[in-house]
Amino acid sequence: MTVSRPLENLRHSIDQCVRCGACQAHCPVYVETCRESSVARGKIALAEAVLTGTIDLEERLQQEAGLCLLCGSCAVKCPNQVPTDAIVAALRAQITATKGLSSLGRGVAMLTGSQRLRRSLLRSAHLLAPLLFTSIPAQSGLRLRFSPAALKQRVLPTLAKHSLFDRIPEFLRGDADKPVLGVFAGCALTYLYPATGAAMARLLNRLGYSVALPRSQGCCGMPALASGNQALLTQLTTTNSTAFKPYGVEATITACATCHGMLADQTPPPESSAPTAVMDIHVFLVQAGLADTLAALPASPHRLRVTYHDPCHLRSRGITREPRALLQALPGVELIEMEGAEFCCGLGGTFAAAHPKLSQTIGDRKLAGLQASKASIIASSCPGCVLQLQDVITRANLPVKAVHTLDLIDQALAGEGPA
Amino acid sequence: MVNDHIAHTLEAIVGPNNVSIHTTDRITHAYDATRQQFLPDVVVHVENTEQVSRIVRLAHTEKIPILPRGAGSGFTGGSLPVRGGIVLVLTRMNRIVEIDTDNLIAVVEPGVVTGRLQAEVEKLGLFYPPDPASKDFSTLGGNVAECAGGPRCVKYGVTRDYVLGLEVVLPSGDIIHTGGRTMKNVVGYDLTRLFVGSEGTLGVVTRIILRLLPKPEARKTMLVAFAGIDCAAQAVSAIIQGKIIPTTLEFMDASAIDCVRRTASFDLPDTCRAVLIIEVDGEAAALDRQVCTISEIISPLGVLATRIAATAAESEAIWQVRRSVSASLRSLNPDKFNEDIVVPRSKVPEMIRSLEAIATRYGVPIINFGHAGDGNIHVNVMVDLAQNGMRETVNQVLDEIFRATIDLGGSVSGEHGIGTAKAPFIAMELDLATLACMQTIKKALDPNNIMNPGKIFPESVREHGALSPRP
Repeated sequence: MTVSRPLENLRHSIDQCVRCGACQAHCPVYVETCRESSVARGKIALAEAVLTGTIDLEERLQQEAGLCLLCGSCAVKCPNQVPTDAIVAALRAQITATKGLSSLGRGVAMLTGSQRLRRSLLRSAHLLAPLLFTSIPAQSGLRLRFSPAALKQRVLPTLAKHSLFDRIPEFLRGDADKPVLGVFAGCALTYLYPATGAAMARLLNRLGYSVALPRSQGCCGMPALASGNQALLTQLTTTNSTAFKPYGVEATITACATCHGMLADQTPPPESSAPTAVMDIHVFLVQAGLADTLAALPASPHRLRVTYHDPCHLRSRGITREPRALLQALPGVELIEMEGAEFCCGLGGTFAAAHPKLSQTIGDRKLAGLQASKASIIASSCPGCVLQLQDVITRANLPVKAVHTLDLIDQALAGEGPA
Repeated sequence: MVNDHIAHTLEAIVGPNNVSIHTTDRITHAYDATRQQFLPDVVVHVENTEQVSRIVRLAHTEKIPILPRGAGSGFTGGSLPVRGGIVLVLTRMNRIVEIDTDNLIAVVEPGVVTGRLQAEVEKLGLFYPPDPASKDFSTLGGNVAECAGGPRCVKYGVTRDYVLGLEVVLPSGDIIHTGGRTMKNVVGYDLTRLFVGSEGTLGVVTRIILRLLPKPEARKTMLVAFAGIDCAAQAVSAIIQGKIIPTTLEFMDASAIDCVRRTASFDLPDTCRAVLIIEVDGEAAALDRQVCTISEIISPLGVLATRIAATAAESEAIWQVRRSVSASLRSLNPDKFNEDIVVPRSKVPEMIRSLEAIATRYGVPIINFGHAGDGNIHVNVMVDLAQNGMRETVNQVLDEIFRATIDLGGSVSGEHGIGTAKAPFIAMELDLATLACMQTIKKALDPNNIMNPGKIFPESVREHGALSPRP
């Protein structure tokens, strides 16, 4: 994933596509639709046609531009590394700039652009909770909470009574000789899975780091990017960069793969200080030697079969070993690889909201591998994936629980077995 | 060409959601891996033979060009709608109908991706050998239409060697069945072989009966570095004379080695001017002995170094060297002309020397690698078409390459097909009577010339003048 660049600036990347068709093997959407306009090559051909003026932004093209999870699988596997996710984001931005925001995009803007609004909404309507990161189903923006057709079919976590900000103070002081780390919580870990967010902050603090959790941090911008809203994206970048500035953080840590993907690519606005590193929590913990600490915990009488799902936005950055290393080190866990661990869960930006059925069909592709693994827990390092996987599992009536990797680590350190 | 009546008839056959005349869909079905583009008039997604038959019959009656399309990953323009018309997309006819473990047969629809069938049969201990580089995304329908090959062909043969029978919708709309489910079958003409490699010009394949093999128990990979291409070629001959047929016998010439020397995960000797990647398969116990025998046979032939993979990871590292050639080519020049000539195995060194001479004469990089075991050389002419006069130069270079190939008793295409890209060169290889015979067959089956018109035959290309020989 990358920040939105104008389509025109991607002309060179677009030219790099040689139309080989290799992307067909890796696109979760194409696997379902078997239609060329779903796959990267088709999207690139359309982007090129828009640039050369051979097609206008007709409705059909707008639909096809929407049919992309922005998972980046194609870009990783492309022999020429064509960044189709960036091209699709740029195409959407061009559509927005020309045609205005879709109702979905307007919903995203209202929700992620105003934190106060977001909080008040959340307190009143738990149905809206998943919209924070899957954003708003297309039909009618905010009014959806009264008749959210797309959400009715979906299994949702109960909205926590207390958000992450109610649970963890803005600053946790650590050892004097250790630096300050920023925690970028993201919407899902702040409001939907605050216990996981709190575990992340406490764990870092326990390792001796001071932890900053600024209240003024906002959305990572993924829904804005996905709905082609460049102005909002720029605004969020500034908001986030400003939020962490006073704390002089050495690195910003995330436990959401999508937030990580977005932040790692963003160039901070020129007025901000030197850019700080953005790190995935698992990578950070492995480097801090936590795997050894976990392995040294007392052996567990019975071990649970746990399998791991790769979030696209970590996998596409090569982060696959670290979460597994941590799981493997847990005394109460037997890590089993499942077939298709790398296959996208189907949630994707605003995709699940705009294409609820297709999103679930793509998610259901996880079932065969999950069942064959005989795991009782599927862990992932992205709250979005966890939400989607739990929905897939519950609809299939499987006796499996989807959890964040950090939850298992937190339980082990607290001396509890996995729930 | 496609008026309202035709569009409505198509919608009645497959449903409105599966017919599109939107520019969006026409653009996304205008190209294949040649990077040329020709807009079709309408794109239709089909789901069964009955629909295909009705649509082809309509095209026949209305005299509209119609062309079947799978993954659209061909290198020679086989799925380009050069005269517009109907693109018939078969990707959703993607069921593996049956895997018969008693008779070692698979029955599939044409939209099944080759790699998927391989994975499914391998779960049952069976094996479908043809392995084109595109196997993870190209379809079996496309593989049959082009008679796809791959590295394993030196031992196992090409797609045609595995097709036992076909269901085909003829240009008239009639549905025929060729061959069958048995290894032996001599009833009537061998129409199966006629349709395999016919590039969608004689009909639409809607079902395929494939022969399977038991899956070899194990594989072993080795990489051998040579001082020159002659040594490598002698090694290939010596291995085969030694009564060993490896699964793959891949070579890279000096030009290809130079491309990957820096990125390889192990060192290649500085003096290395040719590399062979040799893989053997079969009973695990027999493989070490085979590798030893190969090493002994080739040791007097200028071997600089031998690397035998002990683990799957080491084997992968060896193959990575071969695979990284393609990706590295673009650092030389932006435009690639990828040819797949084939010469008799013993003529490979002579062909490589001709290619080196042509590269020097025209001052363009030509990178060569491929399947030494069957003489199939992937010739990559790397140029920058933005340079003045380069297109003409490329055409001359290709012309010379094909002439040299045919002079050595070879063929202009081993596994990619003719399509539009090589149509101008087909007469170099086939005499007039042979070409006329092929065209007689085409006319008999497709009198209205609706089925993938403008492909294979040079006359039809010249006649309509829609295409230059290259993009």
